[in-house]
Amino acid sequence: MGFPDRIERTVQVARPPATVWAALTTAEGLRAWFGDDATIDLRPGGSARMTWTSGHTADMRIERVEEPTVFGFTWHIYGLPDGDPRRTYVEFTLEPVGAGTRLTVVETGFAQLPDDVYRKAFDGNTEGWASELGELVAYLDAA
Amino acid sequence: MPPDIEAVAEQVFTALADPTRRAILAALASGGPATATDLADRLPVSRQAIAKHLTLLAQTGLVITEPGERRRVRYRLRSAPMQVAQQFLAALARDWDSSLDALKDHLEGRKTPQ
Repeated sequence: MGFPDRIERTVQVARPPATVWAALTTAEGLRAWFGDDATIDLRPGGSARMTWTSGHTADMRIERVEEPTVFGFTWHIYGLPDGDPRRTYVEFTLEPVGAGTRLTVVETGFAQLPDDVYRKAFDGNTEGWASELGELVAYLDAA
Repeated sequence: MPPDIEAVAEQVFTALADPTRRAILAALASGGPATATDLADRLPVSRQAIAKHLTLLAQTGLVITEPGERRRVRYRLRSAPMQVAQQFLAALARDWDSSLDALKDHLEGRKTPQ
């Protein structure tokens, strides 16, 4: 079975989309539930940054701003080295339901593998291992 | 996702599931490239067993060989397969449940448990 490329969650919030939108797209809103501190330049191509008192920082690049229904950004995959180019895409969708909001978050891209990482990951498996292993066995036997 | 990406991740997780291979990989990660003899000095495992595991790790591309001193082969950890495995772990470690609970609590005016 495969690992997930995509994570999806839906929650019902007893507040209208405009209120939920502010919590997702303003520094004050993000500080209240997500990061310990936050800055945001709310426009496609704009940057946002969240920091935590633990020392962790998340830099986001904003991709979609369609108030008050769609907010999307990319960010670094947590746990990968800082220089790694892979990013996941996070998209929040807000739908009014009665007096509240159905909020869906979808994060995709966990299973991506850019060409250079792909090459690095597979070169060792595919190039010249038969001969290397022959030499290896010879070395080990001689040791 | 291409099946071979998953195959790489699986090799990493299979390697890590064995305590001796885990100890070998940990020793290479913390101490840098080493020969089977170096590793046998450091780990409570016979040199023979270490050599057997290193051969397997080299076959799956998790370590590479390089010439060491006195015609001994040195083994070096390859980070690329580990990074492939790590991105799968990232999906498992991504905790939207807690974040969305915190968002809902914030918006609906309940106190967020910390």
